[in-house]
Amino acid sequence: MNRVSQRSVNRVPQAAGSSPAAGRTRRATPRARSGQWAAWAFLAPVAVYLLLFYAYPMYRNVELSLRHYTVRSFVQGDAPFTGFANYATILGDATFGPALWHTAVFTLVSLAFQFTIGLALAMFFIRNFPLSATLRALFLVPWLLPLIVSSSTWSWMLNSDSGVVNAVLGAVGAGPVHWLTSPGWSLWSVTIANIWIGVPFNLVVLYSGLQAIDPAIHEAAEMDGAAGWTRFRRVTFPLLRPVSAITLLLGLVYTLKVFDIIWIMTKGGPSGSSTTFATWSYRLGFGNLLPAFGPGAAVGNLLIVAALTFGLIYIRLQRRQTFS
Amino acid sequence: MRNTRGRGRTAIGVVLTGVMLFPVYWMINVSFTREQDMRDSPPSWFPVHGTLEGYRAVLDQQLPYLGVSVIVGLGTVALTLLVAAPAAFSLAKLRPRGGGTLSFVLLIAQMIPGIIMAMGFYAIFLGAGVLNTVPGLIVADSTLAVPFAVLILTAFMSGIPEELMQAARVDGAGAVRTFWSVVLPVSRNAIITVSLFAFLWAWSDFILASTLDGGGRGQPITLGIYHYIGNNNQQWNAIMATAVIASIPTAVLLVIAQRYVAAGITAGAVKN
Repeated sequence: MNRVSQRSVNRVPQAAGSSPAAGRTRRATPRARSGQWAAWAFLAPVAVYLLLFYAYPMYRNVELSLRHYTVRSFVQGDAPFTGFANYATILGDATFGPALWHTAVFTLVSLAFQFTIGLALAMFFIRNFPLSATLRALFLVPWLLPLIVSSSTWSWMLNSDSGVVNAVLGAVGAGPVHWLTSPGWSLWSVTIANIWIGVPFNLVVLYSGLQAIDPAIHEAAEMDGAAGWTRFRRVTFPLLRPVSAITLLLGLVYTLKVFDIIWIMTKGGPSGSSTTFATWSYRLGFGNLLPAFGPGAAVGNLLIVAALTFGLIYIRLQRRQTFS
Repeated sequence: MRNTRGRGRTAIGVVLTGVMLFPVYWMINVSFTREQDMRDSPPSWFPVHGTLEGYRAVLDQQLPYLGVSVIVGLGTVALTLLVAAPAAFSLAKLRPRGGGTLSFVLLIAQMIPGIIMAMGFYAIFLGAGVLNTVPGLIVADSTLAVPFAVLILTAFMSGIPEELMQAARVDGAGAVRTFWSVVLPVSRNAIITVSLFAFLWAWSDFILASTLDGGGRGQPITLGIYHYIGNNNQQWNAIMATAVIASIPTAVLLVIAQRYVAAGITAGAVKN
């Protein structure tokens, strides 16, 4: 928090340097106080908005998780307070262990591949060549497509009988894989689709990180005889470490909350084999005829604790990087 | 020597892009494939017997969904700009006390999983009677864009020269006047970028639509496609044709704001 205020202070001297008048308004004159009024008048809409449409839904979510809701009490709002009973329920649920495992595998495997492929592509594109800007722009398409579009396309490509993936596998002599309908493969299928969607993000961020590296450093490394793989391992990658950390952490926060792809492709099935916390929470709250809002909200809150933990680490890292 | 090397790289780049975009090609290919060719083995790699029956089905069945999505998208853009532009102006130029904290809250807000917002909004909307309505969905969808919009617009407006603000002040313009007549026109490109993103995210949203508008009369196109798949519909050319149409905003965004898209992605990740 300190760093944040520090940053806004840092900005002041530049303004003061450019004009003598700016320095005067900073002192606690009536003019400055009226300036604060104007500043907050402009901020008022977003402040109200954040309270109403972020804080309040999140508060309701916590409240949902601490009460025993039925369909009727959900409408009437008189559900009894049950403390952490919902959390105890989900921790003891047979789905908890597998969902935790699937979330971890899905997230870590996605990140590993997205990052590696993204970095390799960034290294490839950093050398400018004819058409490179256009091709790089085209690489953004998977990231920008509506998730329902990419998920349904992948569903059809991975279809057991008529999918193009199995057709290609058949052509090289491999037997058909039941990508979406066998418990052994479903998690891998949704992970593959998610990797495809996440590569562009990694490419773009790592590319901008590479661009920020001073070319003189590479030239110096080259003069010292470091080229190719050695140069990458000894020079480029270490310099890229801060950006890499940020890319991975932000990717982690994004991947933890992935819901659409899994739900549309497999609904978390078959028999729970691709259920993550996000899809489990949705299934509890909305996927059954008898909704279990309390446990659903409890799962959601576990997810948010995880996301915000990594999110805060990310913000800390990012601030440190801005100041160094 | 250098030239041939560059051309070689271009060739590799084209192949890599082709591999990456194969699913997109496949979507388009299937959207033109005839019903009777759909389950051919091996599948046809090109739509040799191309048909428009998929697109005809879209026109017959999906137009209402597309209409709702356009309305929801435009509504989201309007609401997002209404909230975000003044806030960004204040954060960038008026130095409010507590502005840093607010930026921090916005960064955090971006990280909240959609399922949490969906469940919270569901409880609130049910009580308020706006479940399954288009305005309700607009409000919910705007939460996807507002934090991003404030952060991007703030970054842009911070770059507006102080002299320009000074000149407006000398001319006797107050904060409102300066915002409206100086800052907003200068920020046109950033506003367009933010609007395109807000539209795209509202257009693409599935989780909020399916929880908050799943029983509504006006449902967006993401649910249109979802029902298509869910009904065990085997008309995959129609499904993929809908998907192609649903991808149009993506294409528009890339063509119009290509430069800003990458900037938008990195602005969220690597500041300055």
